[in-house]
Amino acid sequence: LGLAVYASSLCVVSGAAFLYHDYCVIGAGPAGLQAAYFLQRAGRDYVVFERSHAPGSFFALYPRHRKLISINKQYTGKSNSEFNLRHDWNSLLSHDRRLLFRHYSRDFFPDADTMVHYLEDFASLLKLQVQYNTAIIHVTLEKNEQAWNGHYFLLTDQDRKNYKCSSLLVAAGMWVPNVVNFPGSEYVEGYETVSINPEDFAGQTVLILGRGNSAFETAENILGVTNFIHMVSRSRVRLSWATHYVGDLRAINNGLLDTYQLKSLDGLLEGDLEDLAIVKDKKGKLHITLRFYLENRNISAGIDSITLPQDELDNFATRAPYDRVIRCLGWKFDFSIYNRSLKMMPGKGNIKKYPQIKPSYESRGTRGLFILGTASHSVDFRKSAGGFIHGFRYTTRAVHRLLENRHHGVPWPSTVYPITQLTNSIIKRVNEASGLYQMFSVLADIILLRENATAFEYLEEYPIGVLAELEMQTGRKARDGLFVIIMEYGRNFSGADKDVFYYNRAVGEAQHAWQSNFLHPVIYYYKHLPTEREMKLRPPDWPLPRPDAIHHIVEDFLTDWTAPNAHILPLRRFLENCLSTDLRNFFAESCFLFAFTHQKLPPFCQQGYLRMQGLVGSRELRHHALQAGLLQDYTHTDFSGDRPPDSHDGSQEQLMRDHAIPVRPLQHLVNAKDE
Amino acid sequence: MSTQKGRWDSSLVFLLFCASSIPRSGSVGLQQELSPQHYFSGLEAGKASLAFFTPTVSPGAQPFLEQIESSAEALQDYGISVVKVNCPKEDVSRYCGKENALRKAFLFRGNRLIREFPTDALFDVNSIIANVLFALLFNEVKYVETLADLENIENVLKGKSSMVFAYVPATGTAEHRAVMEAAFVYGTTHQFVLTTEAALLKATSHDDPEVSSAWLLFCHCQQVTDPAQPCRRTALGQPLTLLNIHRHLKLMGAPLVTEVAEDPEKVSTVHLQLGLPLVFILSQKETYEADRRTAEFVAWQLLGKAGVALLSRDLVDLNVLHRSNVALKTPEEGMPIQYLVLEDTDEVITLVEDKNKLKQMQEDEQQEEEEEEDEDEKENNNQDIQDDQVLEAVSRDKKRELPLEQVLVLTEENFHSSLSEAARTVVLFYASWEAVSLAVLRSYSEVAAHLKGTPGVLLCRVNCWDWPGLCSQENVTQFPTLRIYKEGQQSVTFHGMWGTEELSSFILLSRVSCPLKLATMEEAEGYLRGEFPSELSSHHHTSLLGVFSAATSEARKAFEEAGNILSGHVRMGMYFEDDALALSQKYSVSPPALLLAWSGGRSVEGIALSKHSVQDVVQMIRYELLEAFPEITVPNLPQYLQLRKPFLILFSAGGLSQMESKEMLKLAKGRAQQAFVVCWLNLKKTPVGHGILRKYFSTTPSLPVLLWVNLHAGGQVFKFPSPEQSITEVNILSWLEKLQAGLEIPSSTLSEEDWKPPLPAYDFLQMMEPSLPELSPHPGDTSVPPPPKNAGGDRATREEPSQESPAGEVGSPGRDLRGTAPRLAARDKQGKRHSEL
Repeated sequence: LGLAVYASSLCVVSGAAFLYHDYCVIGAGPAGLQAAYFLQRAGRDYVVFERSHAPGSFFALYPRHRKLISINKQYTGKSNSEFNLRHDWNSLLSHDRRLLFRHYSRDFFPDADTMVHYLEDFASLLKLQVQYNTAIIHVTLEKNEQAWNGHYFLLTDQDRKNYKCSSLLVAAGMWVPNVVNFPGSEYVEGYETVSINPEDFAGQTVLILGRGNSAFETAENILGVTNFIHMVSRSRVRLSWATHYVGDLRAINNGLLDTYQLKSLDGLLEGDLEDLAIVKDKKGKLHITLRFYLENRNISAGIDSITLPQDELDNFATRAPYDRVIRCLGWKFDFSIYNRSLKMMPGKGNIKKYPQIKPSYESRGTRGLFILGTASHSVDFRKSAGGFIHGFRYTTRAVHRLLENRHHGVPWPSTVYPITQLTNSIIKRVNEASGLYQMFSVLADIILLRENATAFEYLEEYPIGVLAELEMQTGRKARDGLFVIIMEYGRNFSGADKDVFYYNRAVGEAQHAWQSNFLHPVIYYYKHLPTEREMKLRPPDWPLPRPDAIHHIVEDFLTDWTAPNAHILPLRRFLENCLSTDLRNFFAESCFLFAFTHQKLPPFCQQGYLRMQGLVGSRELRHHALQAGLLQDYTHTDFSGDRPPDSHDGSQEQLMRDHAIPVRPLQHLVNAKDE
Repeated sequence: MSTQKGRWDSSLVFLLFCASSIPRSGSVGLQQELSPQHYFSGLEAGKASLAFFTPTVSPGAQPFLEQIESSAEALQDYGISVVKVNCPKEDVSRYCGKENALRKAFLFRGNRLIREFPTDALFDVNSIIANVLFALLFNEVKYVETLADLENIENVLKGKSSMVFAYVPATGTAEHRAVMEAAFVYGTTHQFVLTTEAALLKATSHDDPEVSSAWLLFCHCQQVTDPAQPCRRTALGQPLTLLNIHRHLKLMGAPLVTEVAEDPEKVSTVHLQLGLPLVFILSQKETYEADRRTAEFVAWQLLGKAGVALLSRDLVDLNVLHRSNVALKTPEEGMPIQYLVLEDTDEVITLVEDKNKLKQMQEDEQQEEEEEEDEDEKENNNQDIQDDQVLEAVSRDKKRELPLEQVLVLTEENFHSSLSEAARTVVLFYASWEAVSLAVLRSYSEVAAHLKGTPGVLLCRVNCWDWPGLCSQENVTQFPTLRIYKEGQQSVTFHGMWGTEELSSFILLSRVSCPLKLATMEEAEGYLRGEFPSELSSHHHTSLLGVFSAATSEARKAFEEAGNILSGHVRMGMYFEDDALALSQKYSVSPPALLLAWSGGRSVEGIALSKHSVQDVVQMIRYELLEAFPEITVPNLPQYLQLRKPFLILFSAGGLSQMESKEMLKLAKGRAQQAFVVCWLNLKKTPVGHGILRKYFSTTPSLPVLLWVNLHAGGQVFKFPSPEQSITEVNILSWLEKLQAGLEIPSSTLSEEDWKPPLPAYDFLQMMEPSLPELSPHPGDTSVPPPPKNAGGDRATREEPSQESPAGEVGSPGRDLRGTAPRLAARDKQGKRHSEL
């Protein structure tokens, strides 16, 4: 098959030879390889361009201090591979069990070299089509009505070789360092090149610009040998455990916070770097001043002529001169290679380092161009995990599924179940699904109800940003209402500077589930698919518009939502009331009784017992059900009939009342999280 | 309860009607008079009126006037008009002139002043009515202060009339009003005596009474003939309300013992009307005098609690035991009269008192229930109580360790290698958190115990919660799923009842291939006899043998395919040797044909196989395997339901008598066979059948009972008139004809109700709304105020930590230099903070 495609893929356009592929992927990093994997499995014609000689070139350099801060959990006490991916932040998705990161490293925070090694294996074991040593330096469009998207993408590499593709998947990552220009910025060393040998910093005073993980990682490395480190950035430090956002400062890197707060000379400062200026004195020491003082003054005139803040305010904080200033300001997307016609625009505000994309990960400027991987993080920046391997491995799969439907008529994969499996299918997913868990509030499972609510169709991990386009994007019909299952943190619970350890932060009772704070499943019910307009007008901070009904499964300390009374029962009641039916399970004996006394049967009896698949139940279970008053014992009935015959129902209810003592949760155990 | 109340209400209306028979002056409650002159000139002789005088200048200045005004209507019921007289400014007459007269109300009868009331005696409607009636009924209601006074009155009344003695803690109370209102009606019949002295209360009641609660005694002085004898007293055991007093006096007024000479069913006395039971003392001519005394004795004991009637059996033809001496009729409609044989009068009294107690309890319970329901409604019912029988049963059983030693646990690692270990591997796919799975796992463990030692069968299980990859790879989308893997063959999935027996039988039957190819005539014959193959010889299954000639390969293929589908559920054999024709002809069919050997009698039935599509063959086999007159059980009902025909079903207390089964079988095999299912149910074996009968009948039918149940159309249930008619084919058929002609009345109709959610869900949307106004149905409305920080009331502790906006985030990134430079330069105080540079 591959050969046939190749034979026809050489074509000649206006004199230049183009190598054609349906899909071109730029970048053989984690996202590029992940996309390649899905394209390969689907048997699509694709190629991945990688400028380096091996995959994951970013990881070959970064992080400089080589410690990944994505967790590699070896043990979870469970063998469920899907569940375990919740705590494996490095593996890519594949069917090959060898390609799990825990087989590559035993470190909880693995070394970056391991990642490079892993990516190499991923590409080679799965035989992905990667063309190495190919740096795409220009991308432009060629209009063509025959093309999938009305145009082809023309790619040019460093050797002026041209490629032509119908769909372009940009997984080039974010590798252009963020640079701030201010007077004296030439004295600043970049994170990319700064020495990582602590000895080089012995006895030095260091100023670090930036307040992200790279800044703290750099500080951490030299903390023990410097005189002191000051760290300056515009915003206050955001701790990931307070914001539940993995891109914020991780606890593993926060050694400097410790020394700052324990008065060990190190310190944090807030200020706009744009206002900064650095002057070097004769001894080579770097002094901080303000651009404000330098206006109309030539910096080269010498330090003596320049006003320093401490000249006016003798206790100015950064009056001590520094030996080194290091810039750790992160990265931005490389916009330079795209022709203007592609309209690759940077986002606005705090997402200006990312290209503008839709919630479907398609570029806002060009149809058929999708951004994958860390550069696609504008969709959920500072919210979810879409900028990280453990997030974008799922969004990449979602994009692949969208493309399969759009270009190959392969509808979004789904499974049809009888309605009796509704509660179960949700419970199963919220307990094990990793995509829902990692990409909380971004990817959602969708349940499309079939007519009469006798069956439903289950779609996994659909991007909720494009919920309104569901029918068009998935090829599935949502005529009879739908459930959307997502995971959410409590609104207003976490965030920078919030106390996330306050007492009673955890909710224990199902009836207060909507006030749950930690990640918990939320189910939205819509009678009709929300429209584009409704999506646009949704309440701020809401992932979805107002539903017709909503259900929160109460947060759980163990993230195990299988408790019969606290989790499953309220969920069942919610589903029953949305569908206006009775979703209880019944033993065959009950179905038998119903069959003789009712013209209609509950779904469980209809779809089980009536099809000769009733649940007989063992003697012990029967006994328990009798004791619970949920089944009646007729074996010892004295049928002489001195009781009013009509009271059958009543007595059963009576039994229920007597025996079904409400299971009051043990308050102190349920709320153990508070202590 | 409600009907009783209704009855009392109507008596009360009657009472009030009597009271207001005095002509009314008008429909308006309060009259207005322009001046005292007008008022006095208009007074009618003998008519009472309550007047108050008010200066025109300050209308309605006094709050007590409001109370008088609101009691006007009630007073009018007693023929007392309430008049507001305006005092002209210049008037200085007796009522208008004096300042203090304006603070009083005056009661006139005609134009004679009876009483003047200071306004503090008229503080509310109760006190106004009580005091006004008290004043008017001066003669009818005697006020006493000492025991001696009371005794004097009692002595005077003996032999003449009865006395109603009431103690109220104070005048002007609601109880006082009730007594006065009762006196207004009964004052001419009985002498009313009132006191507010606690000492009198103590002297008249037996146990230690509560001084603060009112108390009423009926003293039966009228019947007293000997002045030395005290009057019998009957206390009112209920709170003093007009209704209760009225009821009590009615009961006291009723004859002590009613003599009746008609069918007790038709008898109605005031007691029954007032919701009390009626006790009949069954009398005979010979014992009449003694019975009469007994009745009177009992009547005194039960006074106020029940009525007593004396019924002479000689006059009424009673169809009851001769020994019966007492009958009890309860006020509930439709309740049959109880005839009893009692030893002594105490038993009668206990009987009634217990009945009343029970009734009281029931009423209390009902009330409680109602209250509970109210509460429940507030708390959204018992939403948090498990009402799923399977889930609850499994949760209650979760601590028991299952004997699963015989069942191999499979994992992703050992799944494929295990499949090759035994000839047949049975795998139960389940999820360890899912109730139905766990219920099946329990049966499965029993299967494992059953089949222990069966060669060639390996029982295994896969927990899909542990191994989701394996389960999806094996295409298991629902739990539980049971599959039998055979080396080199397609696996067979179980589609039967999840019971131990059914599972065991499935596994055992699956040991031989389906259909089993029989090589020789001997094998075929042995197969039909149930002796071949030996693995299955100990199992009683109906055997099915397909017989094919060489020319019928198409039918054979379909049969083989059907075998795959029915594998494990039906015992199927196949014979297509050269002498197939000979075999089939033995059973008078020609190939392709099915030979059916019934498990019980081993009679062989030959059926021509005319269908050639797999589905049709499967359908046909299933149909042919149905019995003509089956015993319906829980596991087999669905097979017969699938025929979608009405059921003619005989409910039997145990096994059927020969006669019954013979007649029914005749019926089943007769012409009716096509139109309905003839079957029976053994209540001993299928006790849930009792539940069915209870649902159908309001009175217990005698067994056996034959029913026609229209399960699929209309849901009517008809009962064959046994034992009047015996269950014979002829009788049944003629009954069915009548039934079909619409000449029979259904005993019951199956509920048509849909299966709605048993209880409501938590309405989180509604709970969220108050704290999240952005959730309002009109998003995008910018006028919506920001959400309050504190959500639910009881969760005050959840209040967020105080939140000053982080300084670093206030300014926009593009903040201008002039704003930031001084801050960076720390010129202001803020800058002195180290962290602010």
